[in-house]
Amino acid sequence: MKPAAFDYIRAGDLSEALDVLGRHGSDARIIAGGQSLLPMLNMRLAKPAVLIDIMGIAGLERVGREGDLIVVPAGVRQAALMKRPGLAGEQPLLAAALPWLGHYQTRARGTICGSAAHADPSAEIPLCLVALDGEVRLRSRRRRRSVSAADFFSGMMVTDKADDELIEAVAFPVAMTGTGYAFREVARRHGDFAIVGCAAVVTRDAVHLAVAGVADRPQRRSFPPLAGSALTDALNGFAWELDARDDFHATARLRRDLVRSLGQSTIGEAQRCLA
Amino acid sequence: MPRLNAATRHRVAFTLNGKPVSLEAEPRLLATDALRHGLGATGTHVGCEHGVCGACTIQIDGQPARACLTLAVQLEGAAVTTVEGLAPERDRLSVMQAAFRRHHALQCGFCTAGILVSLDAYLREQPAPSEQELREVLSGHLCRCTGYTPIIRAALEAAACLRGEPLSQPSDREPAHV
Repeated sequence: MKPAAFDYIRAGDLSEALDVLGRHGSDARIIAGGQSLLPMLNMRLAKPAVLIDIMGIAGLERVGREGDLIVVPAGVRQAALMKRPGLAGEQPLLAAALPWLGHYQTRARGTICGSAAHADPSAEIPLCLVALDGEVRLRSRRRRRSVSAADFFSGMMVTDKADDELIEAVAFPVAMTGTGYAFREVARRHGDFAIVGCAAVVTRDAVHLAVAGVADRPQRRSFPPLAGSALTDALNGFAWELDARDDFHATARLRRDLVRSLGQSTIGEAQRCLA
Repeated sequence: MPRLNAATRHRVAFTLNGKPVSLEAEPRLLATDALRHGLGATGTHVGCEHGVCGACTIQIDGQPARACLTLAVQLEGAAVTTVEGLAPERDRLSVMQAAFRRHHALQCGFCTAGILVSLDAYLREQPAPSEQELREVLSGHLCRCTGYTPIIRAALEAAACLRGEPLSQPSDREPAHV
């Protein structure tokens, strides 16, 4: 498996990258860590005419804080965010989910924004963005805009990003006091694509559960704090709404079952963090 | 802004196991093929070519990377380490390689190069890993011979040895290769 031919451009700064992207549109792809894009190129599921490498652009590799947001620019590798001092206090959901994001060997290269751009329905970063109500910051030659995670992910590996836009950064809200967070995932092998992933955000008044790996994109539902059979019924309703499909890795029935059981245990863990 | 044309070959220069090397590469050339075919460094193995099996794992500037998910042109200026760079000198094994030998942590050896390169990077970051941590690192590698248990034993022993601790049960094992 070898990629089809493409021109390769090392962008020196963001405006260069945006110029090339603006000229070539859908024929160009941004490459950062390459851990999602290279498999697509090797299997020739993507055949761009131009690859624009943004990893040489200074300043894109630094995680920042803007008030209550953790801002992760396009050059930040997954391993770098994972090693951020104090991340478990700043946003426990991210700290819990990152070790599940691919493998030690792929996290060292892959970027957070690249995972968002790829928009795999089972991926952890899109799931965390949706669960936390984070934002995706897009930029083209013409404009900058910020899109909520719920609006950004629009289908299986389909996003709201236009052909001349790149993801400049994604932003995750920091942990709020009085809120519990938990993440759980089931995969055949640690680090493989999730069969089902769950992220729970729980307060005294509400339970928010986001699920990856079942629908064509991560989906979030909010419930009042339920218990017992009321919670089981709510999760069952959510499981059926996600329109699970059979595939090589799991049946639709197993996925629904995991939404119910893993959903319940993830919510339980988040509630225990509250107490 | 350097633009490398798809149809022509471009000079790519980096260091491989401490020595400066260069080759001519089309932009689409994978690092696996650059190492094996361009430079004749066939220690890095090629398995799945989509990042799943881990056989082609190398280090780029000290960090692990799938060579099959890396373009040769992305290696420009980098310090690359492959399995050929792990042994301290010719005919002498590294501590980890010797532990692999003692514990029969390989049979066919296809996955071994990638695993050794991964463990080398990981132990620099975490010199005293738990078994669970090692299992998570190894989740990035497929081995169909060993069942992983002897690999874990070898890695735990080599980590202890590198920390300067004596071997726990030396009596009934073959001595380290010297």
